[in-house]
Amino acid sequence: MTSPMTLRIREANKAGKTALIPFLPAGFPSRDRFWDELEQLDRAGAAVIEIGMPFSDPVADGPVVAKASLECLADNVNLEWILSELKARKGTFRAALLLMGYLNPVLQYGLERFAHDAGQAGISGLILADLPYEESASIKAALKSHHISLVPLVGLNTSPERMALYADGADGFAYFVSVLGTTGQRDTLPEQIREKLAQARDIFDIPIALGFGLRHPDQLRELDGLCHAAVFGSALITHICNGGTSEEFMKPWL
Amino acid sequence: MQDRYFGDYGGQFVPELLMPPLLELERAVKEILPSPEFQQEFKDMLRDCVGRPSAMTHCPNLSRDTGVDLWLKREDLNHTGAHKINNTLGQALLTRRMGKKTLLTETGAGMNGVATATAAAMLDLDCVVYMGAKDVERQSVNVRRMEILGARVVPVTSGTQTLKDAINEALRYWIATQKTTHYCFGTAAGPHPFPYLVREFQAVVGREARQQFLDRNGRLPHIVCACVGGGSNAIGAFHAFIPDGSVRLVGVEAAGTGEPGCYNSAPLNLGTDGVLHGMKTRLLQTPEGQILPSHSISAGLDYPGVGPEHSHLQAIHRAEYACINDEQALSAFLTLSRREGIIPALESAHAVAWILENAAALQGQSVLVNLSGRGDKDMDIVEEALRDPAFAHLAATLGGDA
Repeated sequence: MTSPMTLRIREANKAGKTALIPFLPAGFPSRDRFWDELEQLDRAGAAVIEIGMPFSDPVADGPVVAKASLECLADNVNLEWILSELKARKGTFRAALLLMGYLNPVLQYGLERFAHDAGQAGISGLILADLPYEESASIKAALKSHHISLVPLVGLNTSPERMALYADGADGFAYFVSVLGTTGQRDTLPEQIREKLAQARDIFDIPIALGFGLRHPDQLRELDGLCHAAVFGSALITHICNGGTSEEFMKPWL
Repeated sequence: MQDRYFGDYGGQFVPELLMPPLLELERAVKEILPSPEFQQEFKDMLRDCVGRPSAMTHCPNLSRDTGVDLWLKREDLNHTGAHKINNTLGQALLTRRMGKKTLLTETGAGMNGVATATAAAMLDLDCVVYMGAKDVERQSVNVRRMEILGARVVPVTSGTQTLKDAINEALRYWIATQKTTHYCFGTAAGPHPFPYLVREFQAVVGREARQQFLDRNGRLPHIVCACVGGGSNAIGAFHAFIPDGSVRLVGVEAAGTGEPGCYNSAPLNLGTDGVLHGMKTRLLQTPEGQILPSHSISAGLDYPGVGPEHSHLQAIHRAEYACINDEQALSAFLTLSRREGIIPALESAHAVAWILENAAALQGQSVLVNLSGRGDKDMDIVEEALRDPAFAHLAATLGGDA
């Protein structure tokens, strides 16, 4: 069965566009407004929406995402709330839904229970930022029976050999981290990115999404044909913090 | 992948971007570490620069006072004043052989920062130290020492502003600088191979102590005792004794203020299994898996996790782990200073306190305590604590204006 994430990304590509994958931490900017922002992102044409599961020690996140996530935690956002609220809204989003976070909250929730409840909530994919290939077998197995893809993260320093490990049996899409660093906005992308993206496209037979550091829609044109989708989080969060809405933010990117 | 684990604990739970430098380090540990050239260079530096073997001191006054035959392994006599230098010199040598230019580290009490800055200066490496802003304030003498040694100290203002957050920031910095930088992890924790690597560099403590005790007493001690934050001094002291089934291994965690609801620093006693900072281990956390802030009067023990080998030793019942609170540690700090003329680090005072608190049950037994560091760095904290009305009874024992 092809993942809904793959389908949505391919649809956008067929229409001649780079698929858009916005990221928001669950419960941001407030527990109520979050669901409205999610609907706006969906209406505005997001192919996949990445929902952050806040964690107290987000090592892979930059300051903007980390701060937003900690605010959500202070507002008592937890996995139980996220999954039950998503379950209540199942089927209302056109975009495929993806959860992104860190392993420990998922472990404490219980792997099997998480996979079951996420499946019930209509989740298609999961990213765990602190779960490299070496530690992923048991989680992959738990997710598989609920048709949830474990989305691999690779980057500029990932060797072709390691990319091949991640590519074996992968579905959904592969997430290519554009910089050697944490999440956050940057004006320019590293020069060697074209070569590494071409390498990733050869190795993965699922779409490649580029993330971390996207700031301007112009950056998408730079990457035209090199990746299938673009992920942006910090820029969207900053926009909302400055009083904007998700719908406004999405317009220039479409 | 079992060699990356101690039983059920350990592993490599890091972002993929950190796997290449970790795999590079794994290779270096396998190839460089066992080589006779490396081992000889390390041994020579420990002898010539650290002052090894460190002494083992009998405590005649406290032994008389308590009825417990008390011995101290004197890591406080090392260059820079703590056991940390064993590990930082080892990792600095490895860094140089790996062709990297910068030592990155984190520090709580500042002793690991000072030891890393020292090793970097000795081996002509750059040094960057991440330190929680709260710790920068409470360990200001060590911050000044690091800066004089040429290190760049970066205060961390996120989260609890202590060791936990300093590690988060150091890991983030390492992602971006991995080509030229080695993360000189300060304790036997973190992702594999750090728990193994740091233990190997600290195991010299237990090897020396075991031989010294045999030479002096013709037998092994009944108990080996050490404080546990991340756990590097304890694992170093324990390692050589693990095969000696007759020797009790006692790790001492910090119980903080000891009040109900206190964010203590005792994950082995009060934590649950989880994943943080690249390892599966015992953690202070909420039922939802959010990491709780820790508290201890000693910055070096102020950490909500613990090295994975300790979680394993506890699980297989080879080591036991006790708790000592701030007041008991402070009391032991004063007692050891007054009775034996040794001012211990507040961290080490926790281990001494366990003996003093349990003396009735330990009558006639011989106990070897790893005195992991000296207390110069803690003077401001101790003076401030003794001004607290809660510790007035301790202040009263000092006389003068304290």
